[in-house]
Amino acid sequence: MIISLVIHGAPGTTQGAQTALSFCQAALAAGHQIYRLFFYEDGVHNAHALAVWPQDERDLHADWAALIRANKLDAVVCVASALKRGVLNDEEASRYEKPAASLDAGFDISGLGQWVDACLHSDRVVSFGV
Amino acid sequence: MKTLTFLARSGPVGSSRPKALLDMVLSAAVFEQKINFIFLDDGVYQLLPDQDPARLAAKNVSSALPALELYGVDKVYVDTESLQKRGLSGRPLLISAKACNADEVRSLLADADMVFGL
Repeated sequence: MIISLVIHGAPGTTQGAQTALSFCQAALAAGHQIYRLFFYEDGVHNAHALAVWPQDERDLHADWAALIRANKLDAVVCVASALKRGVLNDEEASRYEKPAASLDAGFDISGLGQWVDACLHSDRVVSFGV
Repeated sequence: MKTLTFLARSGPVGSSRPKALLDMVLSAAVFEQKINFIFLDDGVYQLLPDQDPARLAAKNVSSALPALELYGVDKVYVDTESLQKRGLSGRPLLISAKACNADEVRSLLADADMVFGL
């Protein structure tokens, strides 16, 4: 089955992001195809490369980045959600004259059109952290 | 083309959820998908006219609802039980929405390819 995920939850705040990661790992292990991960609203914090976690807490961003890299997943953060939460790539940081970029290199910034596209090309689109 | 059904379940103020859902609906409409937009639970408060959240330093998200028609979103529903529970039965609404009961909501969900709720 072709599956896409919409992740609404920030890491460490609510359970949704953690559940999404586990679901994604389980789906891949079961032989399903992940068409796209779409990070929306507070979910964009999962793509924040500058977050530092205490050693005894799970660094969800690191786990997402590793999963995306290992499986060559298409991971998109919503641009409107990302900009207002300070999740910027080099291009956006320089466009808005901000002192640093914060988006992990494994994620792309794009719009809700990518979410619609995921709906069109997936058998299931599953939302987490709503 | 797919049938996407959206459930607006949150009140108009207090969170970004109504705006986030409306953005999804309008994006899906731009890509010409078949859309059902259902207001239920506290989401029915979004349909009340004359909202003024300016004192909360919040934007009036509901003021964008009349634009749905321009985007071709004409399958708009409101759950009658949610209205009744909140003492809103018979109140004029900001946009025209077809009154539906729980069975009709269930069948809209069953007929959808995908469902998103906020």
